[in-house]
Order: sequence, then C-alpha cells, then structure tokens
Amino acid sequence: MRVPLDWLAEHVDLEPGATGADVAASLVRVGLEEEGVHTSGVTGPLVVGRVLELAPEPQKNGKTINWCHVEVGPQHDGPEGWRGIVCGAHNFAAGDLVVVALPGAVLPGGFAIAARKTYGHVSDGMICSAKELGLGADSEGIIVLSQLLPGVEVSPGQDALELLGLAGETVEVNVTPDRGYCFSVRGIAREYAHGTGRPVAQVFRDPVAVEVPAPTGPGYPVRLSDDAPIHGTVGCDRFVARTVRGIDPSAPTPRFIADRVRRAGMRSISLAVDVTNYLMLETGQPLHAYDLDALQGELVVRRARAGERLTTLDGVERALDPQDLLITDEAPGDPASSRVLSLAGVMGGQSTEVSASTTDVLVEAAHFTPVTVARTARRHKLPTEGAKRWERGVDPAMTARVAELAVRLLVEHGGGTADTTATDVVLGGGPAPSPTIAMDAGFPARLTGTDAGEAEVVAALTEIGCAVRAEGGRLEVVPPSWRPDLRQGVDLVEEVARLRGYDTIPSVLPAAPAGRGLTAGQRARRSIARSLADDGFVEVLSHPFVASAVHDAQGLPADDPRRTALRLANPLSEQQPLMRTSLLDSLVEVVRRNVSRGLRDLALVELGTVVHPTPGAPPAEVLGAAGRPGEQELAALLAAVPRQPLHVAGVLTGARRPPGAGGEGFQRTAEPATWADAVEAARTVAAAAGVAVLVEADRRAPWHPGRCARITTAAGHVVGHAGELHPQAVAALELPARAVAFELDLDVLLAQVGASVQVQQLSGYPAATQDVALVVDADVPAGAVEAALRAGAGELLEDVRLFDVYTGAQVGEGRKSLAYGLRFRAPDRTLTAEEASAAREAAVAEAAARTGAVQRG
Amino acid sequence: MPDPKPEDPAGGAEGAVDESSVQAALDAALAAVEAAADLDELKAARLAHAGDRSPLALANRAIGALPGPEKAAAGKRVGSARGRLNQALAARAGVLEAERTERALREEVVDVTLPGRRPERGARHPLPLLMERVADVFTAMGWEVAEGPEVEAEWFNFDALNFDVDHPARQMQDTFFVADAEGGAGSGLVLRTHTSPVQARSLLTRGVPLYVVCPGKVFRTDELDATHTPVFHQLEGIAVDEGLTMAHLKGTLDHFARAMFGDAVETRWRPAFFPFTEPSAELDLRFSLGREAERGWIEWGGCGMVNPNVLRACGIDPERYQGFAFGMGIERTLMFRNGVTDMRDMVEGDVRFSRAFGVEDLSASAVADVLGGPADPGTGAGEGVL
Repeated sequence: MRVPLDWLAEHVDLEPGATGADVAASLVRVGLEEEGVHTSGVTGPLVVGRVLELAPEPQKNGKTINWCHVEVGPQHDGPEGWRGIVCGAHNFAAGDLVVVALPGAVLPGGFAIAARKTYGHVSDGMICSAKELGLGADSEGIIVLSQLLPGVEVSPGQDALELLGLAGETVEVNVTPDRGYCFSVRGIAREYAHGTGRPVAQVFRDPVAVEVPAPTGPGYPVRLSDDAPIHGTVGCDRFVARTVRGIDPSAPTPRFIADRVRRAGMRSISLAVDVTNYLMLETGQPLHAYDLDALQGELVVRRARAGERLTTLDGVERALDPQDLLITDEAPGDPASSRVLSLAGVMGGQSTEVSASTTDVLVEAAHFTPVTVARTARRHKLPTEGAKRWERGVDPAMTARVAELAVRLLVEHGGGTADTTATDVVLGGGPAPSPTIAMDAGFPARLTGTDAGEAEVVAALTEIGCAVRAEGGRLEVVPPSWRPDLRQGVDLVEEVARLRGYDTIPSVLPAAPAGRGLTAGQRARRSIARSLADDGFVEVLSHPFVASAVHDAQGLPADDPRRTALRLANPLSEQQPLMRTSLLDSLVEVVRRNVSRGLRDLALVELGTVVHPTPGAPPAEVLGAAGRPGEQELAALLAAVPRQPLHVAGVLTGARRPPGAGGEGFQRTAEPATWADAVEAARTVAAAAGVAVLVEADRRAPWHPGRCARITTAAGHVVGHAGELHPQAVAALELPARAVAFELDLDVLLAQVGASVQVQQLSGYPAATQDVALVVDADVPAGAVEAALRAGAGELLEDVRLFDVYTGAQVGEGRKSLAYGLRFRAPDRTLTAEEASAAREAAVAEAAARTGAVQRG
Repeated sequence: MPDPKPEDPAGGAEGAVDESSVQAALDAALAAVEAAADLDELKAARLAHAGDRSPLALANRAIGALPGPEKAAAGKRVGSARGRLNQALAARAGVLEAERTERALREEVVDVTLPGRRPERGARHPLPLLMERVADVFTAMGWEVAEGPEVEAEWFNFDALNFDVDHPARQMQDTFFVADAEGGAGSGLVLRTHTSPVQARSLLTRGVPLYVVCPGKVFRTDELDATHTPVFHQLEGIAVDEGLTMAHLKGTLDHFARAMFGDAVETRWRPAFFPFTEPSAELDLRFSLGREAERGWIEWGGCGMVNPNVLRACGIDPERYQGFAFGMGIERTLMFRNGVTDMRDMVEGDVRFSRAFGVEDLSASAVADVLGGPADPGTGAGEGVL
C-alpha cells in the first residue's frame, strides 16, 4: 500500500516535521513493514513560466526549434526580465504558462538540468513535458498549465513542485494478510496514530464520517440471490447503489485526485473511474461505476450458471464456474435476457463500463464476503486491487457512506445531479455483526509474560476501536467493524502487546526438560558426512527436480522402480517435472557444472532425500482442522505421504591422488579415481555408521556390469551400489570418461545403528602369523575366499589381510593366486606353532570346500 | 689401513709384559684408533689392538705366569694400558658416529613444501554445517531435533497450521503441488513450503511438553537468481508447555541470536502475521561485521505464540498449554554470518564454495569473513513465513 504523505495528513495529524522515513518508522512499530519511501524524483528549482516570445527557427537537420523568452519570476529572471530557452515542442504559444526546470533541477532518472549551448543559443533551462516529470507517458508535448489545471490561478516564478504534486513523499508499507483495513489511507492513518502513541480520538479524522441522507424512495432495482453459498455464507450480503445523472463526460479528474491515485500506484482513467479508485484507496471500500444507459432492467447478483462466459476488462474471455459470484442484469420478468456484467468484487466486464460518452452513472457499493471473492480471484488468476481487499475483509459498516462520498465527488467535479433515491438491499440478514469475544483480563499478561493490567488492556482495546465491557476480571470485547481478523482472545492479546510495544516484553530463557541430545541416527549422519569430507569428498546440494530423460540416460530398464517418480503439477520447468528417485539423478548435473568450470578432478557427495511414490496411491485427504483427526484418519494421512528415504551418493572423476611427493621421490603421474574408490567410499560410509556390510558383485544400471558392487547389511538388506559407471551411461550423462559412483540408502543402513558395541578383553599374548597362497578360478571373488578363511579358521583368527593377487603362467590360464596373511592369537596363552598351523589348515580346508581353492606350493 | 692380523704390531715378543713392550703396544693401538677414518676402520683397529689376540690381551694373559713379586707391577701396567685404549676407542667411536649421523642428515634433506599424495581435501557444505551448529545450540538447552518429510500432506503444511484453504496467506506461499492421476493439483500433497508442518507432526506424535527444532529443506516456486532459490532451508522451533510466554520466546531467540552472531548482536521485534501464531512478530537483527562499523536492521525470521487453533487441530488443550514457534532462513543466516552475496553460490554445487568452509564449523559465534565482498546480502531470499 502506497500512501502519499499529504493524503495521510488529511486524516491524521502527522507529528511536527515528520518525514516519510519517520512515518514509515512509526508504522513499522505497529506491524506495517516498510517497503520504501518514494519521491517524485524531481527536485527543484521547478517553477511556473510565462512564454513572452516564441521564435521558430528552422534547422539544417530539418527540425524547427522554438527560441523562447520565458518569464520565470523576479528571483530567477535574467537582467532582461526573462530567460532564453530552446524548446523542440510546438503545442504552445506566446502567453502560455508552462513548467520550467531551471539549472540545478534534477528530473526523474537523475537527469540534471544545466544551462547549455544548443542550436546557436544558450538554453538556460528546460520547458517540461508531463513525461519528463514522471507524470505519465500519454501526453503529447509540453505542459500548458491552462489545460492541465483549468481554472487554477498561477503566476510566473511560483513553485511548480508543490503545484504539480511533485514535492511530497509517498510511504509504501507491506500489509499482512490479516489487516485488510490497512489497504486504505483510513486504516494507515489509524495505525499511524497507534504507532506514535497518540489518542485516535484526538488526531484521527475518519474519511467515512459522513452523513448519508435518507433516500426518498427505492433506487435502481437490485436483487440479491445465492443458490450456492460457500460454507453457508452468502457471497453478497448487502448492495448499495446510487445514481448520478448528467455528468459532463468531458469533465477532467481534479488534479488532487489524479495525483493521489497516480502516487498510490494506479492509473488515472476518467472522472468516474478515478473517483471509485480514489475512494477505494482512501476508505478500503471497492466501488464500481456502471454506465446507466447500458443497463437493462434490474441488477441481479447470483452465482454463475454452467456455460456462462464473460469478457472482463482486461480483454480476456473467461469461462465461468458455478461458484463464481456475478453481477448480472436482466429485463424484469425475463430471466432469459440475463447478461453477465462483472465478476463480483474481482473485475468488471467490458459491456457496461463507463465510456467517454457516459453521462449517467450507477455507483455500486456492495459488501461481498471474503471466501467467494478469494476463490474467484484465484480461479481466474485475477488478484485485483478490489479482490485483494475483499478477501481480507472490508468494513461492512461503511458501505452506504462510501457510496455517498462517491456521489458527492461526481456531483462536485462532474457537474451531475444525484438521484434522491437509493438502493440498499441485504441478503441473509445482511453482514454478520462483530462477534463478542470473552477473555480473562489477565490473559494478555499471562501470554506475553508482562504485567499488563486490566486497565491497560481495556484502554488498548478501546483505543483500537473495540467496545469493552469489564466485569469481575472478565472482559467482553466486541471488535470494531473494520477488524474482522479479531476472532479470539489471542488476537486481542496481540493488539494489547503491539500498542504497548513489543520492546516492553522481557527476555527470559525457559528451562526445557533435560533432553537426550541427538539421536543415534542423527549422530551417524554427521559421522558419515564428516568421514566422507575427511576422505576428500566435497559435499554439495543439488536441486531435486529432474527429467525422465535422466533415467533413459542411466539405462534403467523399462520396469525399474526408479522410473516411478513423483510428478509436480506446476514444475518450474516443464522439462524437469519429476522429483528424483535417486540422488545420482540430480548429482550428475552438478558434476557437469563443475567440469564445465574447469574443475575436473572431483569427488562430490550429497546427503539428501529421494522420493519413492507408491504407484496408484490414493490422494492424501485434506482433513478438517477443528480438532485432532481420528487415529485412522491420521494413519491414512501419514501413509499417503510417499516414502522419502535418506540417501548418500557420490561421484568421482579425474584424479583421485594428484602428483606429489612419495616415498620413492616425486610421483609424476596422478592416480585416477577408480571403481575401487567408489566401493571404498561405500565402506567408509558403513564404517562411519559402525555397521558391518558385505560387498558382492552385482549388475545394476547405471553401473558397469563387470565393475558394480552391491553393498548389503549382515542381515541381507541391500544398502546400495558402488563402482564404475557404464560407459554408455557416462556418455549419455555427459560425464568424464571412467566416472565412478556410489549411492546408498541411509535409512536401511542406519536402521542397524544403535546397539552398544560389545568387546572382548584384549589378549596380551603374542600373535602367530601365517601366510597362505590359494589358487582359485579367476572369477572367484576374493571376498568369498576371505569369508571362507574366516569361517574355517575359528576363534583363534584375529585378522586376515590380502597382500597379493597374482595371475600368470605359474598358476595357469584362467586361474589366480591370492596370498593372505593370517594373524592368530589366543586369549589365555601363547599359541604353539602346531596350533597356529592347525587353524590355518582348517581355514584352507574351508576355502577349498567353498571356492575350490588349492594351496600353492 | 693397519694390518688386521693379530700379530705383535709393536714387534715385541708375544705376551711381553715389560714396560717398554706394553708402552709400545699401547702407542701402536692409540695411533691406530686415532687413524681410523670411519666406523669400519675403527672396528678393525679394535679387533687388532683390543681383541683376544692383541698384544695387550696376550700380555694380560701372561701376567698369571709371572713370579709373584712381579705380578702386581705388571698387572697395573697392563691394566692401565688397556683402560686407556678402551677410553680412546669409545671417544673415537663417539666422534665417528656423530660424523656419520651428520652426513646422513645432510644427504636426506627434502623440499618439505612439495605436495603430498593424499586425495585432495574434502569439505562439508556450509548449510548442513550451519544446521548442525544450530541443532547443537538447541540440544545444549535440552531441546531435541525433529524431522519431517519434504513431500508433505497439504493438511500438515496448511490446514493444521490454521491456513484455511481460502486464506490469502495460503495463496502467498507459491506452492509446488504434487500432480494427481490426471496431472492436476488434487493429490493432497505438496512440497512443503516451510518447516512448520513439523510443528503439527511433533505435537501429534510427541505430545507435550514439547521442545523441538527442525532444520530442513523447503520449496517455493521461485526462479533461481541472486536472491531467490526454489529450494532453501529453514529452521523451525516449537515449544509447548504450561506457562510459556512471549518472554520465553524472546529469551530463547536472544540466546540463539547471540550463539550465531556473537554477544554484541541486538534483536528487535516487529508485529507481524502468520496464521499459525498469534501474537506474531518478525525478528530483526543488528550486529557489527568486524570489517564494517554498523549496519541496519536485517530481517532474520518470524515467530509468535502458537495459535490455539493449531493446538486444537493437534489435540492439545489450549486452555492448559501455550507455547511459541519460530522460523529462520538458514540461507539468510549464512549470508549474514559469512558474507555470502549470491544465492546461486550456495546451490550450484561448485566445489570451490564448499571448500572455503572446511569440514567443520569451528567459527566462534562472531562473524567469519569467508568470502569477502559486500556485506549486505539483500533481502527476500529464503525468508517466507516462518
């Protein structure tokens, strides 16, 4: 809401010397956030000038300029009694009064005026157009004051800033959704009084405090009907209409109205329209003006019928919904003649709009209920100035009075005559009266933690316009008609608190019950993230929006569950309407972005959720909120929310270890990231969570079929996969060659976290180490051999370590030799060589049995 | 090199114990020790002159055969000679060992500025780090950390929080709707527009008294630019108990602000509106950024007393319990705290951004000057309602 300061001052006494910034600060104090303080962008000297002489001078470039002598007042005139100014416009003549920007003036956009040589003269200022002063772009040529301000007495040298409304500041505040009344100068003026701590009764002048004459009879026929009230509330509960006849269609909008409307951010259109907008801005009551001659019979307010259409003022033809509330007209007794005139409270139609030839105007001041207007505005995407006010609630007590204000302005400035009759019809008993709120007088103190006593509470509530009855510590409060947002005790507490000032609330730290800190899962997540960072991974966050093409690029089979993605109804980009089902879906984009920025050696990791919707799941019910939902309803609601497991995924490209100093001197070649780095990262994750996992070969897109490891828990739950990506996926995803990746489901992994680790007392007896080389078929996984050794070696085995893998002539084609170091130790004695050897033999026997291993020479 | 053979180097008779023979053997031995140029030569000299077959050893052995009266004098002579030789050997060994160590150290000098071969250093993303820091501040006060889904039921995101379906505030949230079977918005699911649904979830599942925070990801249909991102993070806090007041809310947030921005931070409340709190306030901060003197008030987040309608929707008796809730933008916090000026740096995943923050947030509560650049991160980004 933009409020010109002079307009505000008309309705509330500003503090002496208050600037726009001061006013904004006062409003901030009571909850109106400052959006800015605007000026016209014009600074003086800007004065009225009289053109004494005007000499047209044709130029070589084909233009004709006017060399003018302009009288700009004794304090500004040159010694000859005028200033010379070159002007390119031709819409004026000698004797005209114009607006002159003198050297030193600055026009909007920082355009500084100075004397300058041009066309053989020194032009000592500028004769201004409306456009140059930011007063509108539609005017041709320079301002001629007799046309712009007919009948206004002006003289050369007079300050034109004040004259043209360019001197004032305009304060813009953000109005929260509960304070509809602050979409008006009336509401802002009241809040300003509160913000400066001065009594409303003394400093506030209500713009709607006007006598409405009693009508001499019924006015234009209006019928209210509503066959489909929303939540039992009719869409229009009161309709006031007044007629003004014989308006001069050429009567211009008075300057002060046009200026104020413009400074409040709306366009000046015509007298009738400007008056309705002006009063809406001043009072918060949206109005509508009809061309009386264009109306037939009677106005009928009703819901739309199936198939009805309306072309609104913005030129859009709209299909109407049966919930839309309409203003229609029809010939009496002939429903078939019904025409749709406007979307009630939202936007008018083109057919009955006031035009350049309108002389008789019907002014509509209705009272629409918020939900109806809100739904129509939303349905047709028309968040108009009117709709904005209706959906927040408009003071139902001012309807007739604002209509009276409109009539007065049209009569005064349009030369019309008001009918003495008036229409005032209600439906459903008319607008609901304000509720009575019962509240304990001590409640504000109890909720705010202050010592606000009963007298102060009553005073504050009275000050904002409530009627308060106090009895035995209980208050019965009736909020003012302009505050439909005040519905329960807590709403009143906020009023008391903000009038006192939030800064009077003390700061007291509450003592929460003793907590248990982070959960095991939360701590494990931190441990995982930290371990990966320590291992060289850089954590990133990618946006979860993806295209189905990413699943094609990964080479996922047609029936892969990862293709079942949640779809957004209104994605930011139609190209990316899906929510990722794996982190790799979106992480690859981050890889590409880094590579494109020349950062090629990457180890990226993301921890985040993915969405796994259940195909065909029923929609989530939007339950009532009046009380706690039933257990079944709640369970169904919780179940309707799709599964969103937490994943961790990483991608490595380029060098894993850079060139650098090593034990053998400087190593010149970088070590590339390989499948093993991805698998090791998966092991790192499991280790950080303290969960034992198995690594086995698997085939799964998007991984290389021969370089893909499946990670499972000891209980057999699949945690995820790691390895080198499939070359086709790498190409399709536009990743660097040989990119490797892992992705793990942390929900699966972390389900294993939590039990305390149980340990044996450490044995201090010496260890016995034994090496063994086993020859197996080349496709036997080392993991299987190690598992067999562990199983066979028995309890004396402390550790197994693979220290060599050999293939070659000595072991034969299609075979490989795996060399293991076994470390044995007993808890209670020094092992003999025979015991260690026996354990080794048992281990080898098990490996032979399970994997066909043969002990090598 | 002296002759290593165990012959009489002095040319005296084997086992001679007379004074001149002993003296000659000693002189020869000392000369050999002195002449040893390295530890190997010294070892040879020791063998020749102090070994079993050396003149002094033989002389020592011959003492036993001497007639009684001569024994004592000969013993003293030979013993003294052997003692001096051993001293000389030890001294020479010390000198030669020191020389050898010194030579080795000289030869092993390296360029310690060469890079090693560790994988390049990794880093955490500063947003999760900051959320962890925040969680620590609250767990230190006895609060717990709750979580909720990012794809959320509309009921939790709006209705349970007193956002009626026709409430203007519901339209202001720029919500992503999950498509229903026909592609429309009737699925009853949204991408949560704020972390506030965790209020309702916590009240329903944990009950009261309740003191929890929930840091997490939220979504609004804003295009990505320097001050907006469709995916951002918030911190939600809710406390419901008997006797909680706005003063407790103020105390909690003052403590939180000091923990994040230093003891010198100032806070200011402005009346505001959120459907799920009443009374409501916006919280502004002012603090000094080391490199800069004063700056104006900046909006940090929203807060208020939990609306009784929210308590009722969650089955909590508002006559008995009251509480407060608050929400802050994590991105905004990072911008204020660390001088980040462009929202895109936080979301694009450029490794250079995360690397600047390292693996842990160890900054004192005072502001860290990580990236430099102008201090005012602008407004509007990641703010939203709570």
